[in-house]
Amino acid sequence: MFYCVLGFGDPGKMKDYHYTGPVEHKFSPYAFNGGTVLAVAGEDFAIVASDTRLSEGYSIHSRDSPKCYKLTDTTVIGCSGFHGDCLTLTKIIDARLKMYKHSNNKTMTSGAIAAMLSTILYGRRFFPYYVYNIIGGLDEEGKGAVYSFDPVGSYQRDTYKAGGSASAMLQPLLDNQIGFKNMEGVEQVPLTQDKAVQLVKDVFISAAERDVYTGDALRVCIITKEGINEQTIPLRKD
Amino acid sequence: IYLLKMNKYNTHTHTHIYMIYDYISNSASFCLPNHSTTVRRPFPLSHGTTTLGFIFQGGVIAAADTRASAGGLVACPAVHKITPIHSHLVVTSSGSGADCMLWERILTREIRLYQLRHRRRLSIRGTAKLLSFMLHPFKGTEVCVALTLCGWDKESGPKLIYVCSDGARLQGDIFSVGSGSPYAYGVLDGGLKWSLSKDEAISLAREAVFRATHRDAYSGNNVDLFHITAQGWSQRKREDLKEEYYRDMEKRSKDRRGKIKRE
Repeated sequence: MFYCVLGFGDPGKMKDYHYTGPVEHKFSPYAFNGGTVLAVAGEDFAIVASDTRLSEGYSIHSRDSPKCYKLTDTTVIGCSGFHGDCLTLTKIIDARLKMYKHSNNKTMTSGAIAAMLSTILYGRRFFPYYVYNIIGGLDEEGKGAVYSFDPVGSYQRDTYKAGGSASAMLQPLLDNQIGFKNMEGVEQVPLTQDKAVQLVKDVFISAAERDVYTGDALRVCIITKEGINEQTIPLRKD
Repeated sequence: IYLLKMNKYNTHTHTHIYMIYDYISNSASFCLPNHSTTVRRPFPLSHGTTTLGFIFQGGVIAAADTRASAGGLVACPAVHKITPIHSHLVVTSSGSGADCMLWERILTREIRLYQLRHRRRLSIRGTAKLLSFMLHPFKGTEVCVALTLCGWDKESGPKLIYVCSDGARLQGDIFSVGSGSPYAYGVLDGGLKWSLSKDEAISLAREAVFRATHRDAYSGNNVDLFHITAQGWSQRKREDLKEEYYRDMEKRSKDRRGKIKRE
């Protein structure tokens, strides 16, 4: 499903499991550490959730490595992919946030952080950060906002987005349940906060069932104008 | 750091190239790729599209699908591939999503700076030249952008110019770019006349994108349509091609019923 399971292989080409002769392996600066991130924007809230499993190949490095990072009081970023690049990228974002605060005397808004992250990622266009980012937060009007990125900086504002190893499994489910897509004769009710949190929990339970890189525990950050509320829910550990 | 001469007669093309290095190096340590040690990327980037533009008696039409694909996955079904640069210029993007987004941003910035410095708006031809020269240092690298500038000049009327990261810069009356372009060209070449009315032109553009999305796996979802006249650009409401497909099916089944009756 997700080509990076093989790590270094060509996307789309099936690996042949027989002896093909001696092969020289080049050092790859990337590794795939798994993990899934999800963000949902509501009328006056935003939710960013991630699993907490850190894996590499067939091993699990840690069962308690959440992928949501708090940036400001109204913004949380979820980063999945290569953990080394996730850490460095969040350090760089924190530094840039401080610089902005010192020179402009105000905190960066979610939209501004998204635009800045796009340029940071594109600055490494030819040796990209192997990170799939999703920013969730409140915009200037207090409405929920989700910005999703690709590894080189292309981004746009969404209502919901899943990123990481189980993204291809979760995105259609979100399209159906939050976007009411591909259904006929359904009443399109706006999403309440409680319903959204329950949906996120159910969605991650499903992801942990079917994706080997997702599991262990779920960290949910709910962003409202009162602040950021964090919850941890256990998931399958196998 | 570069020196910018504010002289009215100076061409800024040389300094612009350094501005790009500066811009990107300001964001992070930007290294132009060293081909002997290129790192293999373990993830696919977004590619694949159908965009088109053509000129007719009522102005310029720009149309595009809205799918961004990354390998076999639809990364986003609702992307904006047509971006306005200023009131009389829109650009359709094709190729790598991130490259197009960032280069459009750079282009918008340069056009605005030109307008502030020279107190006049740069012509579409000038914009295309500027973009082409800015992309030139990245020729041979992985940067993949194929943009169609669709606009209206006060002096010379409607203009359609294709600029791509390989270095091509072509002016024409019809362009279609992307993986779905062969299908779109077929429909456009068959139906395009100078004397089309605005509604006919819009429905031709929509039909072309629809046929392309039907046959091309990497194009799909919705169609965006922009119409540019001397008064500026106007955007049509985004239309879901699923509806178009069902309308088409309805029409075909009616025809088939008609045929059976005749026999």
